[in-house]
Amino acid sequence: MSRLYVARNTRVAARNLDGEMMIMSGKDSTLFTLNKTATIIWQSADGATPLDEIVERRICQEYEVDPAAALQDAETLARELAAHGILDVSENPIVSTKLQPVNSQPPKSPAGESR
Amino acid sequence: MQALISSIDCLHLTIEIGGIPIRVNTADADFLNMLQNRYAGFVGSSERAAVEFNVDLLTPGFVDPDADVRVTQQAGKWALERGDFRAEWEPARRTGTIRQSANPYSIDAVLRIVHTLVLAQEGGFLLHAASAIRNGKAFLFAGVSGAGKTTISRLAPPDATLLTDEISYVRKDVRKDVRKHDLSYVAYGTPFTGELAKLGENVSAPISALYLLAQGPENRIDPVAPGQAVRELLANVLFFAEDQELVQRSFHAACEFVSRVPVSRLTFVPDTRVWEMIG
Repeated sequence: MSRLYVARNTRVAARNLDGEMMIMSGKDSTLFTLNKTATIIWQSADGATPLDEIVERRICQEYEVDPAAALQDAETLARELAAHGILDVSENPIVSTKLQPVNSQPPKSPAGESR
Repeated sequence: MQALISSIDCLHLTIEIGGIPIRVNTADADFLNMLQNRYAGFVGSSERAAVEFNVDLLTPGFVDPDADVRVTQQAGKWALERGDFRAEWEPARRTGTIRQSANPYSIDAVLRIVHTLVLAQEGGFLLHAASAIRNGKAFLFAGVSGAGKTTISRLAPPDATLLTDEISYVRKDVRKDVRKHDLSYVAYGTPFTGELAKLGENVSAPISALYLLAQGPENRIDPVAPGQAVRELLANVLFFAEDQELVQRSFHAACEFVSRVPVSRLTFVPDTRVWEMIG
């Protein structure tokens, strides 16, 4: 069985507000609120760590869950997040020079652009 | 003849909303007069315009009343379109053109869109909200149509200065002596009216609170969790651009605002007693 790799999509904006992870799609302005499991996957999605390791090290450590069932749920969740453009999912490590920070910040405004 | 042409060419008006002056050039004196009346109280100096638009007036034609606004950017130039107008704006050159018939609604829509774009770059926004100044502090009352923006504006006591009953103008405080950790927001009056059809006063004040409006059997103020505040704030922000970067900026601006300005839900009975809780 092949491993799954996940990476935070660079085209979204993300903020953790009082423990609630909020993500906005830059593509269609849809606003998402992640639950705790999805937040863990988002925070760990560096493109290099396989999803099964994220589940084993982060989710199974935090919750008393069956590892196989947790991995299956995590894969379903990761693909759902990918369908919304929040995560990139691949069977190979995802190399990105612009990985979305866990709490992204807006880019600096070009000087004098709009005033 | 040359003198006549020159005098026609130099008809212009600067409309200054939120401290951002936009100069409008037109060759039509009647159109200019209409704008002067429409934006009375918001006419500023043309010496330091941030944006300058040349307006080409067209013969009124068929207008699709259901046509959506489209705001797109390509190669540093914004294109603004609706059934009744077509405009271009190049921020780097601070110039643009508007093609529309001689009516006040089209240019009003263009001005709103341009202000949303300028504000999005600097962390501010236009908001579906009434706003007023009381005791030197600005209060915002946000909500969709029917939530009570007009009602709360109409109930405002004499010592409250109405900034708008429909579209609030929110900017970061750009004073140089404001350090980042003391960052605050300022609300400005706007000429963008709702049902009251009354222009706001052209004044500003630091924002003290944002209230999310609800009507109910009693007057009460309840706290709103940050995540919910961001969701409801974003639902009321005016945003038209099909632009990934600006979408992200607007999201961060909403989060930043919520982290700095108290956001509560104001449930109220539609009578003047609600203002005993404000200010």
